[in-house]
Amino acid sequence: MTLGVSETQSPDEGLPTDALVETAEAKEIEGRSPGEIAWARLRKDKIAIISAIVILLIIAVALLAPLIVKLNGFPPDQFNKLNANGDPLLNTRDGGIPIGGLWGSGTSSEHWLGIEPQNGRDIFSRLVYGTRVSLLVALGGTVIAVVLGTVIGMVSGYFGGWVDTLLSRLMDIMLSFPSLLFVMALTPVVASRAQDLFGIPDNNTLRMGVLMFVLGFFGWAYLARIVRGQTLSLREREFVEAARSLGAGPNYVLFRQILPNLLPTLLVYTTLLLPTNITAEAALSFLGVGIKEPTASWGRMISDASAWIESNPLYLFFPGMALFITVLAFNLLGDSVRDALDPRAGRS
Amino acid sequence: MGRYLIRRLIQAVFVLIVISAITFFLFWATPANPALLICGKNCNAETVAQVNATYGFDKPLVVQYGHYMQGLVSPGGRTIGSEGNERNCPWPCFGESYQNGIPVWNSIKDAFPSTLWLALGAAVLWLLSGVLLGLIAALRKGKFVDKLSVGLALFGVSFPTIVFGYLLLFLFIVKLKWIPFPDTANAALFSVGPVKWLQFYILPWITLALVFAALYTRITRANMIDTMNEDYIRTARAKGLDERTVVFKHGLRSALTPIVTIFGLDVGGLLGGAVITEQIFSITGLGKFSIDSVLSNDLPAIMGVVLFAAIFVVLANIVVDVLYAVIDPRVRLA
Repeated sequence: MTLGVSETQSPDEGLPTDALVETAEAKEIEGRSPGEIAWARLRKDKIAIISAIVILLIIAVALLAPLIVKLNGFPPDQFNKLNANGDPLLNTRDGGIPIGGLWGSGTSSEHWLGIEPQNGRDIFSRLVYGTRVSLLVALGGTVIAVVLGTVIGMVSGYFGGWVDTLLSRLMDIMLSFPSLLFVMALTPVVASRAQDLFGIPDNNTLRMGVLMFVLGFFGWAYLARIVRGQTLSLREREFVEAARSLGAGPNYVLFRQILPNLLPTLLVYTTLLLPTNITAEAALSFLGVGIKEPTASWGRMISDASAWIESNPLYLFFPGMALFITVLAFNLLGDSVRDALDPRAGRS
Repeated sequence: MGRYLIRRLIQAVFVLIVISAITFFLFWATPANPALLICGKNCNAETVAQVNATYGFDKPLVVQYGHYMQGLVSPGGRTIGSEGNERNCPWPCFGESYQNGIPVWNSIKDAFPSTLWLALGAAVLWLLSGVLLGLIAALRKGKFVDKLSVGLALFGVSFPTIVFGYLLLFLFIVKLKWIPFPDTANAALFSVGPVKWLQFYILPWITLALVFAALYTRITRANMIDTMNEDYIRTARAKGLDERTVVFKHGLRSALTPIVTIFGLDVGGLLGGAVITEQIFSITGLGKFSIDSVLSNDLPAIMGVVLFAAIFVVLANIVVDVLYAVIDPRVRLA
């Protein structure tokens, strides 16, 4: 597995905001901006609509986690040994396997998705709280990667010369790191450094920050390359020349003239980097270097559940499905966004 | 060509030195004294000083780095251990594990074959299935087969390895019992025989190959569609070549050039360890070795395996560039 959006998921070079699109579409409808055209296409795309709804639902679950968990009444960290009638939930003689329920998972009207073997924590509640960790870490990592990649790529492409050489070599080196291996090895190191530097205990708030940082730090290089390439061609365009001849400084040109033209690329890249980072967080937590007990995380749940795959497969199924559906929804939406922004689409 | 190769090799060495330096300083500069990691619970000032002297932690970091690199560069390896108790660590010396004192290179050597089998088998699988699916989809563009393979590819890209791996494990090992539980830790082809070996590796191969197969399907399809619209394909058809020659000799050949690049880099990346797949199927390869080292904070082992993996990535880059020039006559190596 590699981190960062891979070759094929990358947006086509030269995503358009230029006049070409407008002339192509202008025959039918007058005066729509490229953004409006993309938006109209997106609204007609059923897959995009469905995946957007799924994503919104997932975000709502993450935001409303405390409320949702109140509905079933079992906090994610609470050990449940007895049900409402006072009967035991776990078979203590049999290694703590849940009693009853679908396929020995302990599903019941109280515990909708069953309970954990041994501890008896409610799986539904843990799943709901796991959404928070997943989305937050992935979002944080993505924002860091996109900001770093955009700024470094723009600076490298715009200024050229030794700055470009230096930054391009840096991108090459970043891309030749075995990234998952490195992220995995570095997460505990960064966590212990942060602990010593800022005096924060190694809790899961720190862990989440570290994961964001590490994912962002290893995710920017690929985007930077794309941005650099686009900046190289954008800076030669007339509007940049015009701005410069009117006395605009590099800051103005970069952020007011070039950045808006990069937005479609950034949008596509962000939607595709998010699921990559969601998978990466799950993988790291699964391997035991990410989020730790008692905080619920999908990757951790999968790793815990793998020991019970024979006696209680549903325990593994639920977090696995949550992860799969989330990643699929983001990928589908990302693909649709890319298609909607593609000037060549709908003309073949 | 020869000149280009030499220049690339020098560049590669430079990149490796930078990676080794960054890795070394990141890992060894942790304020938490590595000596405390080694002597464990019965630490006192005296034992810490002793450990520091033994491992050279009392020297400046740059000196330690130089000493470390000496073990990788000089053919005689380097000496490790405290004064009066020195021993030679033969080339290539990645140091000794803090956990059990085993030379890291020996562990890497032992773990590597499993990872190699895993990566190569999966690579064959994903290359064949990806290119085939992509080709069929491109030739039947817009038809049912095309939509099916595009859908499959999207599905495959979105299936996280942890989920897919456990799904296979549950279906074929737990439920259907077609394959025994993977408890034969290190299955070498020659000791267990081909049938058991295949049984052991088939699910890991599929698990590892899925995402790549999906990506390759997409790339092949996109490239093939572009290529088949080229003028020279029309020319080939116009001069009366049969369709098979047009598709395979003229079309596929040029559509596959980008695949070579990606394939080389992907395989190179995997030779450093397929951590998740190895963890799911209890394969004692490099990935398992690296995660175990990370979890036990075994610095020399982590450092060794990261460097080892980086070597493959860097080498793969060179191989790919050279191959690319051989396949595509438009590329000139300057």
